[in-house]
Amino acid sequence: MSVTELDAPTTPAPVPRRARRQRRRRSDISWPAAIAFLAPALALYALFVLYPIVQSARYSLYDWNGLGPLSDFVGLDNFREAFGDRFFRDALRHNAIVIVLSLALQIPAALALAMLLNSKIRGRAALRMLFFAPFVLSEVVTGVVWRQILRPGGMFDQTLDAVGAGGLAKEWLADPDVVLYSMFFVISWKYFGFHMIILLAGLQQIPDSLREAAAIDGATAWQAFRHVTLPLLAPTIRVSVFLSVIGALQLFDLVWVTTRGGPIGASSTMATFLYERFGDRQLGYASAVSIVIFGLSLLVAIPYQRMAMRRDLAGSVT
Amino acid sequence: MRRIKRSMLYLVAAVVTLIIVLPIAYAVLGGFRTNRQLIESPASLPDPWVWSNYANTLENPRFWRTVGNSVLIALLTVGIAVPAASLASFVMARYRFPGREWIFGLFVLGLLFPVAVAIIPLFVVLRDIHLLSNPLGVALPQAAFALPLSIVIMRPFFRTIPDELQDAAEIDGCGPWRFYWSVVLPLSRPVLSTVAVITLVASWNAFLLPLLVLVDPDWQTLPIGVNNVSTQYTTDFALVLAYTVLAMVPALIFYLIAERQIVGGLTAGALKE
Repeated sequence: MSVTELDAPTTPAPVPRRARRQRRRRSDISWPAAIAFLAPALALYALFVLYPIVQSARYSLYDWNGLGPLSDFVGLDNFREAFGDRFFRDALRHNAIVIVLSLALQIPAALALAMLLNSKIRGRAALRMLFFAPFVLSEVVTGVVWRQILRPGGMFDQTLDAVGAGGLAKEWLADPDVVLYSMFFVISWKYFGFHMIILLAGLQQIPDSLREAAAIDGATAWQAFRHVTLPLLAPTIRVSVFLSVIGALQLFDLVWVTTRGGPIGASSTMATFLYERFGDRQLGYASAVSIVIFGLSLLVAIPYQRMAMRRDLAGSVT
Repeated sequence: MRRIKRSMLYLVAAVVTLIIVLPIAYAVLGGFRTNRQLIESPASLPDPWVWSNYANTLENPRFWRTVGNSVLIALLTVGIAVPAASLASFVMARYRFPGREWIFGLFVLGLLFPVAVAIIPLFVVLRDIHLLSNPLGVALPQAAFALPLSIVIMRPFFRTIPDELQDAAEIDGCGPWRFYWSVVLPLSRPVLSTVAVITLVASWNAFLLPLLVLVDPDWQTLPIGVNNVSTQYTTDFALVLAYTVLAMVPALIFYLIAERQIVGGLTAGALKE
């Protein structure tokens, strides 16, 4: 859920970066001393993060059930099998749909709510706390509660009935044509608060004076938003988009608890597909899927980093 | 016109509030119903109020066992991750040495690699070092996966400590260790508590890793317990809701207390350097 380097939206840097770096004298330290500080973190990271990455890549080239020796080298067959497998392609498509819906609906909604909290509305602090609360609940709790609400004849259907829209009731989690969109709603319910908070922090860094100046020049609210707020918020929006895409590529817990990727794979994601192959003891195949997820994440991260870096090189503050 | 606009804002705020609150209220109230009530009228107030679902859960030793396991694993995770991350962030923030940015980049790369993707080799590693069904088998990998975000949040913070302090400390004969322990750490309580809180919440909510690693039911954590109860008692909706609500309460109380750290830390991670 988090980020990297990042283009600091409006780092209020009075001194340009490069100059500051020259002025700041940072002492040298010997390698052994530096390594002593780094050792605990590097050891943990190497054993439990880096080594598994490398091993995933290695396993992905074998047919392996996880118990015997790693001897059945199959080259890229696991990858070929995955992309030839209708269920994996479905899962990949579901991830893509969640990404598109998140960018088209969830982030704009989060931005609208961030702007709401940035306006002079009463009870802002309480609303911010409330809107962010679902993000703190565990995926398991969220999934179990929503499964109950969305079950046939559950609270959601009854509420529809009560407002005279009972005809709209559906098998929200059991109808293969509907389940992915129900799932997307639950995902948004859980995660929009995170994007809202990031965007709110970005909004708060934009000086009011700029918007006031636009208003004095006769800009309408929409013009001020379009030509002042939006461009200044662009770096923050990029962070939010980046995190949203990465999160959607890796989606697992919430889907697994709510639907197990079902019915018949209609709400599967690459990660639930991976977990099922793990359950079937197809560890080589599952590792190939994990490498695909990792590769796609990198594919998103590299252009993002480039973009952030280009801005740095161009020396554009804000 | 202004009035209309303002009331629109309040209307939107009210609708979103309802969308957030209703599901949670449904779960809390649902725990006070019988299953019959849940099926016949899940949207009204319970009538009569039934205390047995909550009472049974609170008297269930399994429930308390999973709570204890979750607390233990969360504390272990924080106790490993925060010292390791602060040491590494400190040296990368305050000193120059060859390969520094390269090592930092390596840690940042970890943000792209969630547990779900590393899970297979991780499982094999833990099996090989005999940490399956051991709280450390969850705490150590969780601490390792908490490092990237922790370092991304801590390093910029350590950088803002004035160079004059470092100079003064060196003139007084402080080496890097003394400077870290006696100057930097005491000045960094806000960032340390932020990182601790975020790591704690992540551990408390974790699902996949404990699911795979804690094979022995005696070591299962609260989220696993909730998932088990919800799949075992598929028809006892009220009991499942009561169990789920009781699992959600500690997280919500913790959030009320530590909102500032959680929100502040996540935005800092996303917005700063």
